[in-house]
Amino acid sequence: MLGRLSWAAIPFDVPVVMIAAGSVGFIIFCLLALVTVKGWWPYLWREWITSVDHKRIGVMYIILALLMLVRGFSDALLMRSQLALAAGHAQGYLPPEHYDQIFSAHGTIMIFFVAMPFVVGLMNFVLPLQLGVRDVAFPVLNSVSFWLTAAGVLLVNVSLVVGEFARTGWLAYPPLSELAYSPGVGVDYYLWSLQISGLGTLLSGINLLTTILKLRAPGMGYRQMPIFCWTALASNLLIVASFPILTATFAMLLLDRYCGFHFFTNDLGGNPMMYVNLIWSWGHPEVYILILPAFGVFSEVVATFSGKPLFGRRSMVMATMAICVLSFLVWLHHFFTMGAGADVNGFFGIMTMLIAVPTGVKIFNWLFTLYGGRIRFTTPVYWAVGFMVTFVIGGMTGVLMAIPPADFVLHNSLFLIAHFHNVVIGGVVFGVMAGITYWFPKAFGFSLNERLGKAVFWCWFFGFYLAFMPLYMLGLMGATRRMQHYANPHWQPLMLIALAGALLILLGIALTGVQLAVSIRHRDRYRDVTGDPWNGRTLEWSTPSPPPAWNYSHLPQVDRPDAFWAMKQQRGTAPDRSVPRTYETIHVPRNNPTGFYLAFFAVLLGFSLIWRIWWGAGLGLLGALAVGLMQAWRTHGEIEVHADQVAAFERLHGPKGRPV
Amino acid sequence: MSAAGQGLATAQEVPLSLRGPAPTRVVAGYGFWLFLLSDIVIFAAFFAAYAVLSGENAGGPTAADLFDKKHVLIETACLLASSVTCGFGSLAMQSGNRTSTYFWMTITFILGVAFLSLEVSEFRHMLEIGAGPSRSAFLSAFFALVGTHGLHVSVGLCWLVVMLLQVATLGFQPMVSRRFFCFGLFWHALDIVWIGVFTIVYLGAHL
Repeated sequence: MLGRLSWAAIPFDVPVVMIAAGSVGFIIFCLLALVTVKGWWPYLWREWITSVDHKRIGVMYIILALLMLVRGFSDALLMRSQLALAAGHAQGYLPPEHYDQIFSAHGTIMIFFVAMPFVVGLMNFVLPLQLGVRDVAFPVLNSVSFWLTAAGVLLVNVSLVVGEFARTGWLAYPPLSELAYSPGVGVDYYLWSLQISGLGTLLSGINLLTTILKLRAPGMGYRQMPIFCWTALASNLLIVASFPILTATFAMLLLDRYCGFHFFTNDLGGNPMMYVNLIWSWGHPEVYILILPAFGVFSEVVATFSGKPLFGRRSMVMATMAICVLSFLVWLHHFFTMGAGADVNGFFGIMTMLIAVPTGVKIFNWLFTLYGGRIRFTTPVYWAVGFMVTFVIGGMTGVLMAIPPADFVLHNSLFLIAHFHNVVIGGVVFGVMAGITYWFPKAFGFSLNERLGKAVFWCWFFGFYLAFMPLYMLGLMGATRRMQHYANPHWQPLMLIALAGALLILLGIALTGVQLAVSIRHRDRYRDVTGDPWNGRTLEWSTPSPPPAWNYSHLPQVDRPDAFWAMKQQRGTAPDRSVPRTYETIHVPRNNPTGFYLAFFAVLLGFSLIWRIWWGAGLGLLGALAVGLMQAWRTHGEIEVHADQVAAFERLHGPKGRPV
Repeated sequence: MSAAGQGLATAQEVPLSLRGPAPTRVVAGYGFWLFLLSDIVIFAAFFAAYAVLSGENAGGPTAADLFDKKHVLIETACLLASSVTCGFGSLAMQSGNRTSTYFWMTITFILGVAFLSLEVSEFRHMLEIGAGPSRSAFLSAFFALVGTHGLHVSVGLCWLVVMLLQVATLGFQPMVSRRFFCFGLFWHALDIVWIGVFTIVYLGAHL
């Protein structure tokens, strides 16, 4: 009846899990009770859960990512504290089979459910505003994408309490992830949650790509497109080209596990190395999917706060697109030790070093934008400068490992761990934090507390160096990744320093919470009434903060990348307000619960498949189908916002000191 | 919208990329094209797996032992013919001819079912003689690649039924026409993939 599911699936005997699950359950219960008592459900349902507004969806992605950051980071703290203890004869407090689940969950969550929703959320929020249009190409699909991601998140978190998570590392290499060596449900949790959220990511990629290529304000050709849109274009091209590989690869592994196929098994001709090749031909583009939009954020931030156009905009665009192409030609550097031979390794080593060239170009673009600018040292600029210093170090250790003979020494060592945290934290996380601080006033109408924002930055910055510089050293001393215990007591001091770094980052994350609370409390003090708190350059700053559901009452006419800056410059000569403005009725997409319902059935389907509850899987599939058919017969997908309403909104929030 | 009004007058001078947001018809088709490209990437991964594993028959039957060229030729003919009838159906839909749309699309459906049943009979025969997907890596890759295509055809057939019901209940309104257009793209894309399957899997077996 319930497949492999029974009471034994709940680890009552593991206190760490039960305490964590209990407290999370308690917090969720309290939140739900609060929402019910306050009568917030209709508001939440109407304004958020069923919303198809790209701005709301973007905000929900980022909230999801922040929550999962806490989850993923608590895994990191467990690992760091275990390794601070487990030296020599001491075994620490985490048994190996539990430790293996923790590092697998940490990697999976941080990449798929923290970094991805952060980046997709930023792109969702910013792109239509920067492109000067009213929404993404397919608003309902956008909501579906978000809720599918949330469904994946839910499944991963359920694995904490019901059953187990994979013990295979974040990419689940076979043959270890095959049924013969991982007979439990851990790998199935991994595979189904990523299949579901991966579908969401792919759909979101198609959606945003169509938006960039087909929906831009009049006059905005590719030469007039803001740089963040360019990096988002490259990122979404990579999503559409690479996520299907991930889907197909996981499908093969699922066929192996569920139907006795032999794609990656040891016997009957299976080829485990094919999995490693396939997964990295998704996995390497994936890191650029994450980093390119972060580069876009830094470009916007640096230009805005230097009061200058971006230096060498054309070379920046070319560098971005060069990285987009090159990212598909370097995947083998993740496994030089496979034994592909000197020629193959040499080719991929050289391609990997080549990718440092466009990245270096970008660094110089930012430096020369800052050079001679009137720099305002706001929090986003702190993140940008901190990024440049940190990322260059990460880039150099990357080029070091691109040399195959060096990689043979460093492969699977803590040196590698330090390297990719160096670029992911120093690049993606710093970029996302800069982006959140930068666009927060646009989303909510008030800015974040600067003092606390800078404190958060310093915690992350020094925390990162404290946590990961020791890992570089340990890696050179021979410490490997994914070890639960080590014999050499001389490594312990460095492990303790790394723990201190992690604790400093913890302080940074906690301060983010404080910063949010303080800023919300004193929101009237930080209110942005102009819509342009930073003296911005691109179109999103021409809208009120927060923008109306339709973004633009009139689509702007654009003739250059820094369109809003130019409008502000021309204000003196051509006062826009003297022209009486008329408004037209605007169509905005109607709220739609399809995404939420689909996610519900996707969770049912995924959970049932994980536990081999076949009737549940059938029910989930049928339910999803029914929701799809209901959507197919929905004919009134839009509501009208009358011209009077638009005019009334503009009278209230429209340009007072603003030129548009 | 004033931009739309200007569109006609200035269409000659203003380059396409500067004319502002594209109409819904274009956006929907474009988005679906991108989806099809991503779908083709999925097939590319299965093709790659087949190319790697096609020689790994683990002492079991090889491609040359198993595939019946004549059977596959009929299968292929059905699918390619269904693409032609689907094209006629699309033309009928564009001219708003309901009867003709039903006629051609029903024939498309029948040809699709014929293709699928031929494929199922081939699969069943292989399972009966012990050449199922668990026999060897070669057969795993074969069943996954051809089966994924078959799954797409099945989804396409369900979609076709839904589309006919949509025409029956909603008529040829723009939303329905857009979806029909996308269905056509999907159906033709499956043909293209099948030509790859036919060439690499079935003709490749007799090299």
